Amino acid sequence: MRLELVPRASVSPIVRALSPLIAIMLAGLMAALVIALMGRSPVAAFDIYIREPLGDSWALQEMGIKMIPLTLIATGLVYCFRANLWNIGAEGQYTMGAIVGSILPLATQGMELGRWLLVIALVTGAIGGALYALIPSYLRVRLGVSEILSSLMLVYIAQLILDYLVRGPWRDPKGFNFPQTVMFDKGSMLPILFEDGRLHAGLILAIIVVVASTIVLGWSLFGYAIKVIGSAPKAAGFSGFSASAISLTVFAISGGLAGLAGIVEVTGQIGQLKPSISAGYGFTAITVAFLGRLHPLGVVFGAFVVSLTAIGGENAQIMMKLPLDLTTCFQGLLLLSVLAADALASSSIRVVRTPNKEA
Amino acid sequence: MDMTQAVLLTIITAATPLLLAAIGELIVERAGVLNLGLEGMMATGAACGFAAATVSGSTGLGVIVAMLSAMLLASLFAFVTLTLGANQVASGLALTIVGLGLSGLIGAGFVGTSRTAVPGLSMEGLSDLPGFGKVIFGQDPFVYAAWALTLLSIVFLRWTRAGLVLRSVGENQASAHAIGLPVLKIRYWAVLFGGACAGLAGAYLSLVYTPFWSPGMTAGRGWIALALVVFASWFPFRLLLGALLFGGATVLQLHAQAASLGLPSQLLSALPYLATLLALVLMSLGRRGGSAAPGSLGQSFVPDR
Repeated sequence: MRLELVPRASVSPIVRALSPLIAIMLAGLMAALVIALMGRSPVAAFDIYIREPLGDSWALQEMGIKMIPLTLIATGLVYCFRANLWNIGAEGQYTMGAIVGSILPLATQGMELGRWLLVIALVTGAIGGALYALIPSYLRVRLGVSEILSSLMLVYIAQLILDYLVRGPWRDPKGFNFPQTVMFDKGSMLPILFEDGRLHAGLILAIIVVVASTIVLGWSLFGYAIKVIGSAPKAAGFSGFSASAISLTVFAISGGLAGLAGIVEVTGQIGQLKPSISAGYGFTAITVAFLGRLHPLGVVFGAFVVSLTAIGGENAQIMMKLPLDLTTCFQGLLLLSVLAADALASSSIRVVRTPNKEA
Repeated sequence: MDMTQAVLLTIITAATPLLLAAIGELIVERAGVLNLGLEGMMATGAACGFAAATVSGSTGLGVIVAMLSAMLLASLFAFVTLTLGANQVASGLALTIVGLGLSGLIGAGFVGTSRTAVPGLSMEGLSDLPGFGKVIFGQDPFVYAAWALTLLSIVFLRWTRAGLVLRSVGENQASAHAIGLPVLKIRYWAVLFGGACAGLAGAYLSLVYTPFWSPGMTAGRGWIALALVVFASWFPFRLLLGALLFGGATVLQLHAQAASLGLPSQLLSALPYLATLLALVLMSLGRRGGSAAPGSLGQSFVPDR
C-alpha cells in the first residue's frame, strides 16, 4: 500500500482560504501533544497562549508592536517568494537597516535637530537593508551562487558587525561598560500613537506598505512579471521580462523593507543599539509570509497569529514556566502544516494498493 | 606531542561534525532532494543525544538516540515534501525552526551538566608514533565513522548499482520514473540517511566536541555543511577536503583569538561565515555557465501516469 498524489483539476477558493486555518489547528494539536508530553495541561496552556492575550488591552498593544516588524519584513519576503527567490537572510537585512539608519541619529545625538532626522534615519535604514540584500542577489544573478546560503551567511556577519559596533566604536562612554549606544534624541524617535501607550507610528508605515504592496503585486505589470518568473521562468523569458532585473529589484524591495523594520524597531521601541535588537523577526517572518499565503493582506493575518503566540509564549513562560522554545517549536510546526495544507489544497491523496509487500 | 600534530588534531575535530552532516546531505541531494533542515536536525540530535547519554550513562545509547531523533525529524520532512509534494526549501526552513525549538525544549533540563568527552582511541605503540601517530591512530570513534562514511559513499555512488539508481533519480526524476525506478521510495531512504548523519554530527558536538549541551550550540554548522556540499560539487572526496579546509578556518580563528593580534574578536568569529561565502563565490567562478547540481534537485515529484 502506498500514498499517491493526484493533482486536483480545480481548486476551490474556499479550500484555498481555509487551508491556513486548518494548518493552524493541526499545529495547535501537535503543540498540545508536546505540552501534554511535558506533563502540563494543554487546556490551561491554550487559555494562556490564546484566550488571555486576546482579552487584555496591554497584551493586544504588545501584539501590535510585534506585528509591525513582522508585517514589514514578511511583506517584503512575499515579493521574493512569489518570484521563487529564497531570501532567508531578512534577519541580517533587518540588522543592517538598524545599523545604517542609526548612523545619523547617533552622530548628531544631543543636537536635537528635529523631525527631519527621523525621516533620514528611516530612509537610510531602508537603503542599508536593500544594499545588504543586493549582495546575495547580485551573486546569484552574475555568478549563480545560491541565494539561500549566501543570504543566511550574511545574517551571522551582520550580527557580528552590530556586536562589534556596540562593544567598540559606538559604545556609550557613560554606559558603565554595557554594550550599548547612547539613547537617541527624542526628535529622532517615532512618535507614540496613543497617550500613555507603547504602540508607535511604525504601524502607519506598515499599513502603507501593505496597501501599496497589494496594489503593486496585484495590479501592476511588475507584480505580474514577478508571478510569471516565479511560476514559469521560461515563459517569462519569451515574454521579454528580464529575470535578472526583477531578481535584483525584488531583493532590493525585500531587503529595504527588512531594513526599514530594523530602524523602525530601533526608533520606535528600543531607542538605542544593543547586541540583540530582534526577537528573530527575520526568520519568523518567513512563517508569517507563508501563513499569509504570499499575499500582503494575508501577511497581516499571519503576523497577527504569530505575534499572538509570541505574546502567549511570554505569558506562559512567566505563569506556567513553559520554556520560550515551545513557541519556536510551534511556529516551525505551523510553517510545516501550512506548507502541507497548501500542497493538499492543490492535490488529493489517493491510497494505492500494490501487490508487493514493501510499503 | 609536537605543534603540527596538535594543530592537525584540532582541525580534524572541527571538521568532523561538518563532514558527518555534509555526507548525509550529499546523498540526499544526489537523490534530488534539498533538505535545508540540517541545522535543526543537528541541534535536536545534539540535545537528545546528550540527554540520553547523561540519563543512561551510556555514550553508545546517546549516539543511537541522537540519530533516531534526527531521523524522526527527517521523516516528518520526507512526508511533507515527498508524499504531499510541498515546497522543499520552505519545508526545510520549517524543519530547522522546529528542530532548534525542540532542542531547546529537550535540552532545557541539561544546561550546565557536563560529562567527560568520549576518549580517543589508544593503540599500543601505534598511537604514540611520532609524527602522525595520534592523527591516524588516536582519534575518537566519530572521526573514523566520518572517514568510513566518506569512503563508503564514494564507493556507493561510483561503483554500485544502488548508487547509480540513486543518482539517476536525482539527475532526472521523470526518466527514472519512466524506466520503473521507485523515485519516492529511494528519496525516502536518502532523506532518512541524511537525518541519521545529521544526528550523528549533533551527537559529536554535544558528546565529544564541547562536551556539554547549550542552546544554539550548532552555531550555523548545519548551514555551513550545506554550503560544503555545493563547494564539493556533490563529490564526497572533495567534501573531505572542504571540511578540513573549514576546520582549518575555525582553528585559525581560535589561534588568532588566543594570539590577540589586535583584530576585533567579532571579525575572527565571522571567519567561518566569510569563508563559506567566499567558497561559494569561488566555486561559481570556477564553473561559469553550467551547474554541477543534480538535475532534479529541489523539485517535487508527482508521478503522472
